[in-house]
Amino acid sequence: MDAFMETHYMRVMPFLLEGLMYTLLITGVGLFFGFILGAIFGLARLSKSKIIYGIATVYVEVLRGTPILAQILFIYFGLPDVLGFNIDKITASIIAIAVNAGAYIAEIVRGAVYSIDKGQSEAGRSIGLTRGQTMRYIIWPQAFKRMIPPLGNQFVISLKDTSLFSVIAVGELTYMGQQYYGLTFAAFEALTMVCLLYLAITVPASIYLRRVERRLDV
Amino acid sequence: MISVRDLHKSFGDNEVLKGIDLEVSAQEVVCVIGPSGSGKSTLLRCLNLLEEVTSGDVFIEGKNLTDPKVDINEVRSRVGMVFQHFNLFPHMTVLENITLGPKKIKGVKKAQAEKEAEPLLAKVGLSDKANVYPDSLSGGQKQRVAIARSLAMNPKIMLFDEPTSALDPELVGDVLAVMKDLAKEGMTMVVVTHEMGFAREVGDRVIFMDEGIIMEENVPAKIFGEPDNPRTREFLSKVL
Repeated sequence: MDAFMETHYMRVMPFLLEGLMYTLLITGVGLFFGFILGAIFGLARLSKSKIIYGIATVYVEVLRGTPILAQILFIYFGLPDVLGFNIDKITASIIAIAVNAGAYIAEIVRGAVYSIDKGQSEAGRSIGLTRGQTMRYIIWPQAFKRMIPPLGNQFVISLKDTSLFSVIAVGELTYMGQQYYGLTFAAFEALTMVCLLYLAITVPASIYLRRVERRLDV
Repeated sequence: MISVRDLHKSFGDNEVLKGIDLEVSAQEVVCVIGPSGSGKSTLLRCLNLLEEVTSGDVFIEGKNLTDPKVDINEVRSRVGMVFQHFNLFPHMTVLENITLGPKKIKGVKKAQAEKEAEPLLAKVGLSDKANVYPDSLSGGQKQRVAIARSLAMNPKIMLFDEPTSALDPELVGDVLAVMKDLAKEGMTMVVVTHEMGFAREVGDRVIFMDEGIIMEENVPAKIFGEPDNPRTREFLSKVL
C-alpha cells in the first residue's frame, strides 16, 4: 500500500486536485454568466424587432462559428491591446466560457421557449397579463424544464473546454497534469489521472441528468 | 358593449375578414356559426386583439382597441376568453390557474384570491379539484377550469372560441351547462360554436359567417327555422 502511495499515480494527485478546483471554478462561474447571456440573447432571438434579433444572431453566429481556442487567445492576448489593460488568466477563462457557452445556451433557450404552445401565451395575454408577465409566470417556467437536459450537456462540454485554457497557462486540471509530467516524465500516469478526474465529474453529472430528465418527464 | 366597424383582417395576401360590422349589447348572447375557414374564430380573436386588426375599428365598452393609446391589457382583463384547446397552465394547479390573474394583475393577496376562487370552482362543479394539476383532468373538466380562470377576473364580456369542439361527446354537456348558467346570470357572451342546439336554445342572436363576411344574422328561431340566405340553408342542411 505504501508502495502504491509512492507511485506517480498518487503523487500527481495534490496538483491535479488543485487544478480541478480551478476547472470547476471556471466552469461554474463561467456557466452562471453564460446562462444569463444565453437567456438574454436567446429571448432576443425571438424578438420581433429586427435590430435586437440581428444583434443576437450576430453574437450567436460569431461565437458558435469560431473555435473556443481562438476565443480564449483573443480575450487574453488580443483584447488587452485594445483595452489598454491586462485581463488575468482566470477572468479571461471565465469570460471565454461565459460568452462561448452563452451562444449555445441562447439557442437552447430560444428552442425551449419557442417549443411552448402558442396557446399558453394567448391564454396569459387574454386574462390581461403583459408580455413580460406572461413570459415570467407562464412561458419561462415551462420552457426552463425543457432546457435542463441540454443545459446539462452544455455543462459537460464547457467543463471539457476549460482544458484548452492550458494554452494561456491557467492552472486548471490539464495544465497541472502537463506541469507534472514536464518535470517527472511520467506522462502516462499523470494523464491517466487527469482523464479519470474529468470522468469523475462528467459521469456522475450524466447519470444525475438522466435521472432529472426522467423525473421531469421531458 | 362590443361594436365592430368595417373590420378587415388579412394574413399576408389572404383576406380572412372582409368588412365585418357587429354590435353586441350588454347581457346579449351572440352565437357565431359557419363553415371552417369562414373567419369566425379570427373575428372572435380580433375582439380582444389576439389578432392584430388590419383595418377597421373594434370598440369594447367604448374603447377603441385599434387606438395605440388604449391599454390593451386593461381591456383584456375585462374580456374573458375560453379556447378550443383550454390552454390551462400545466405547471400550475387548478387553484393557481384561477388565481394567477387576480394576483398578478389586480394585486389581490393570495389568501383572498383563493377565497374568491372557491365559489367559482363550485360554479363549474370542481370544488374537489382545486389542488390537482390540469394533467389529471378530463377535457370537460379542463374547459370548466378555463371558464373559472376567465371568470376570476370578473369580466364584463366572455368570448368562447369553439369551447366544446375538442371534447368527447359525453363531456360536452357539462361545459354547455356552465355556459348556460352564465348566460342566465346576464353575462355578455360571444360564442363561436358548432353546437347548433346550444345556439338555438341559449343564443339571443345567431350570426352565420362565410368567406369572411356576415351572411345573415337573426334570432335563432328565424335562422334555424327559415333562413333567408341560401348559403345559410345549405350550411344548416349539412350540419343539422
